[in-house]
Amino acid sequence: MAETIDKGRRQLLTAATTLTGAVGVAFAAVPFLSSWKPSARAKALGAPVEIDISKLEAGAMLKIQWRGKPVLVVRRTPEMIESLGNHDARLRDPGSDASKQPDYTKNPARAIKPEFLVLLGVCTHLGCLPQNRFAPGASADGVLTADWPGGFFCPCHGSKFDLAGRVFAGVPAPVNLEIPPYSFKDDAHIVVGLDPGKEA
Amino acid sequence: MADPDAVTAIVRGPGRLARLGAWIDERFPMTELWREHASEYWAPKNFNFWYYFGSLALFVLVLQIVTGIFLTMSYKPSAEEAFGSVEYIMRDVEWGWLIRYMHSTGASAFFIVVYLHMFRALLYGSHRKPRELLWIFGVLIYLALMAEAFFGYLLPWGNMSYWGAQVIVSLFGTFPLIGDSLIEWIRGDYFISDITLNRFFALHVVALPLVLIFLVVAHILALHEVGSNNPDGVEIKKNKDASGRPLDSVAFHPYYTVKDLWGLSVFLVLFAGVVFFAPEMGGLFLEPPNFEPANPLLTPPHIAPVWYFTPYYAILRAVPAFMNTQVWGVLALFAAVLLLFFVPWLDKSPVKSIRYRGPIYKVSLMVFAANFLVLGYCGMKPAVQPFKGISVVGTIIYFAFFLLMPWYSRIDRTKPEPARVTK
Repeated sequence: MAETIDKGRRQLLTAATTLTGAVGVAFAAVPFLSSWKPSARAKALGAPVEIDISKLEAGAMLKIQWRGKPVLVVRRTPEMIESLGNHDARLRDPGSDASKQPDYTKNPARAIKPEFLVLLGVCTHLGCLPQNRFAPGASADGVLTADWPGGFFCPCHGSKFDLAGRVFAGVPAPVNLEIPPYSFKDDAHIVVGLDPGKEA
Repeated sequence: MADPDAVTAIVRGPGRLARLGAWIDERFPMTELWREHASEYWAPKNFNFWYYFGSLALFVLVLQIVTGIFLTMSYKPSAEEAFGSVEYIMRDVEWGWLIRYMHSTGASAFFIVVYLHMFRALLYGSHRKPRELLWIFGVLIYLALMAEAFFGYLLPWGNMSYWGAQVIVSLFGTFPLIGDSLIEWIRGDYFISDITLNRFFALHVVALPLVLIFLVVAHILALHEVGSNNPDGVEIKKNKDASGRPLDSVAFHPYYTVKDLWGLSVFLVLFAGVVFFAPEMGGLFLEPPNFEPANPLLTPPHIAPVWYFTPYYAILRAVPAFMNTQVWGVLALFAAVLLLFFVPWLDKSPVKSIRYRGPIYKVSLMVFAANFLVLGYCGMKPAVQPFKGISVVGTIIYFAFFLLMPWYSRIDRTKPEPARVTK
């Protein structure tokens, strides 16, 4: 046997071994990376939530938790609903084209029934909880001016939203407040997390 | 001069201990390591005040690891018990309050020391050739430290912990397409929950400390390979005696071990002062909303990260949202940190040390440092005027310092470097 080294052959074998090893490592990484996804228990706990709205008064707000996020339910008065059309020019996304909501709420009132507004209470800027500032006009703390039509104000970075959760121009939040999937089980109950016509 | 043989004499001289030393040396390079990294590590003889912070950072790392280990013995990483277990450590565990305050103060001390250590590099050109990789390991340590601090901050499960994590994790949600699934993957849930807390705990106490220790070892090995820079920014290895030892050097041990011990004792006086008399530092080191348990339904009136992140937080907020996304601020935030990696190549000055640089670099560096503090202050304040406007100007200055460096460092009127180190 001659003591010659076939360098080409050796290079090919090294490359093939490295490649096979890398593929193996990539496959082995899958279980570890997947273990970070929401677990079966987390998914189960994220199931739809039923809310009783029969005792919610006009102009009042309910706050419940769904998937750890605050869900705000507002029973809007006729005046509130009427006021929505008066300030489109001051909004960043009046038609909710760039915002997140189920298709069945992409309408002027951003709701299935205009009377009930359902929103995620999560500021689209950095996830803070917007406060309800439903009273129109200037506020005592000075953050809202006389032309305030009523809506939501985020205490973290000053984002402002109207009574349909639509964001005003010139604030840090880029889009309107998100609307979660929801449906009416009957006239007195809203199910958050469940699209209309679907079974729980 | 240090007598490197003194150690050998202790280890190798006659007697049982010496024979034990010899026995070990035949099996493990004990004496060799000691010589290479201490008794015969030749360091420039002109180190000054600014050279304390490397060893201090190492000390704080050890302090954080030791106090951290003892905290895990009483801490419970669950949403139900975390807040209560920290209160338990503070009230019921013997000396628990001291261990916890040392750990929380240590976090802030770590960043103070590291920021001064990094400033030293910019002063004396310690990032310049041949120390580029040493600098890169340093920036990686800084990044790992930021991640370590962020994960640790969630653990007390106070309301600021919770909402701070909420804001920072949301940053990853701004990336187009992958954003939503990315944050779901980071949290392991649809919100910051028990699951998130548990995994942040694992990262904080196991994964990142291992990464940090590995990087610190790499940083020190790289340092000892190229040798330390000094306040004159001249290479001491250019002038060696017959035995190959740089003429302008002293042995790291005992000269700098003793110097660093003196620095450590001063540091410890200040550190103890904070631990005993101002562990909350007026809300800077421990923020007031964190004395209430996490509440997903109640945002603190004003969310600000801990002081060491606020310069970057100000940059994040200074960039406005446009094209219906606020990913730009997030990109600016990452760019601000990642730019640090490129400083060795952005700096084109013919000299390293500030002592021989011209007025442009001197002014630029001072403006940069002052600006960093101003940004930090703005980042703690609500996003209203005048802080918003100042943050925008500060962000421009921050980026200009790095991005214009290739030009202003070249045209600066420098003085010639001396051949040997000065006093």
